[in-house]
Amino acid sequence: MTETTKARKTREPVPHIAAALALGDDALVLSHRLGEWAGHAPVLEEEVALANIALDLLGQARVLLSMAGDEDELAYLREERAFRNVQLVEQPNGDFAHTIARQLYFSTYQRLLYAHLAAGDGEFAGLAAKAVKEVAYHQDHAEQWTLRLGDGTEVSHERMRRACQALWRFTGEMFQPVEGLDVDGEGIRAVWLESVSAVLRQATLDVPEGPQSGAWSAGAGRQGLHTEPFGRMLAEMQHLHRSHPGASW
Amino acid sequence: MVTSPTPTTPLEAELLRLAGSVPDPELPVLTLEELGVLRAVHVRSADSVEVELTPTYTGCPAIEAMSLDIERVLHEHGIREVSVHTVLTPPWSTDDISPEGRRKLREFGIAPPRTGLAPGPVPLALGPTRTTVPDTGPQDRPQDPDPVRCPHCGSADTELLSRFSSTACKALRRCLTCREPFDHFKEL
Repeated sequence: MTETTKARKTREPVPHIAAALALGDDALVLSHRLGEWAGHAPVLEEEVALANIALDLLGQARVLLSMAGDEDELAYLREERAFRNVQLVEQPNGDFAHTIARQLYFSTYQRLLYAHLAAGDGEFAGLAAKAVKEVAYHQDHAEQWTLRLGDGTEVSHERMRRACQALWRFTGEMFQPVEGLDVDGEGIRAVWLESVSAVLRQATLDVPEGPQSGAWSAGAGRQGLHTEPFGRMLAEMQHLHRSHPGASW
Repeated sequence: MVTSPTPTTPLEAELLRLAGSVPDPELPVLTLEELGVLRAVHVRSADSVEVELTPTYTGCPAIEAMSLDIERVLHEHGIREVSVHTVLTPPWSTDDISPEGRRKLREFGIAPPRTGLAPGPVPLALGPTRTTVPDTGPQDRPQDPDPVRCPHCGSADTELLSRFSSTACKALRRCLTCREPFDHFKEL
């Protein structure tokens, strides 16, 4: 046994670290995906809006990852299998409708989760109380766009419908238990479903009927199993830090 | 006001005043005291001081510039060791901005946040975010009991252009009376 594996073995897994990684990776990965829109958004206001949402998420990620260790090491030096984010947030931006559907699904969940954590007195209560107010704006942004696109033109309706369908199978994973978090996943799922369904119906879109997790993936992002596009995203995100360790502006 | 820092000694009060006089790096018309982000100053020894600072938004990049500015000001005042800590609890709210801060924001061309408005559930109203249909005048628009007023002409007749503007803490609006676009410091 080498020194490093010995050190790793003796380190006791602390439940709140597992949870900080799960929530921190969700925020970090979605932040990076939204940042990819910079220079490509359909209108300037959206460019700014998506970058601002990304910045909020990055701030949350920094606090959460710092609770689990060194934020830079965790973000830039972990391999794909060590990331604990749900697969939903790593899905590519696709067209604008895909990005909005991902935002709708995730921000609704994140707001419910943070509201729950903020009401408790655990390690995450402070951050959650602060972030839940930021996420309220993210959710509002996603809902307004879902309405405009769903109840818009024939083309926007069709694209929004396709996006909501395509991402549906990644939603079930958000409600799985997370080690170190005292959260009633099924309770959150019920409120989430009601909230998302109301928005979709008002946007003249059908609530997708398929299963909320694919059998092939079993929604295993929290266990370190990720979808194919995630590796390429990480390569781009980590490239600079790995090539130039300790680089600074 | 959720949090007014309470200094315990004359020296802490003096240092709090100094640190609080540092201008916000993004909105230099405001001081950190007026923005309400300075939580406490603790004197640890003759030349060592701890400062508690809270971010407006969790990801606000200005917090690093604020920390450096506070360190510089206190160093200039002869404090050798200054450490600035970030605290999240209780969370900052736009209600922490002082009345003087609000007046300065308006003067600077930014509509100040309204007080006592948590960004709780936003009612969903399906409609264009821009005026895409011929507008028949203010009499036909729904009355908002606490409208965002144009910082230039004071009109209550303004519309939302984008929920996120030059920074995460602002929204972009337009005045329908004087037609000027303006930033609105969002309630948080």
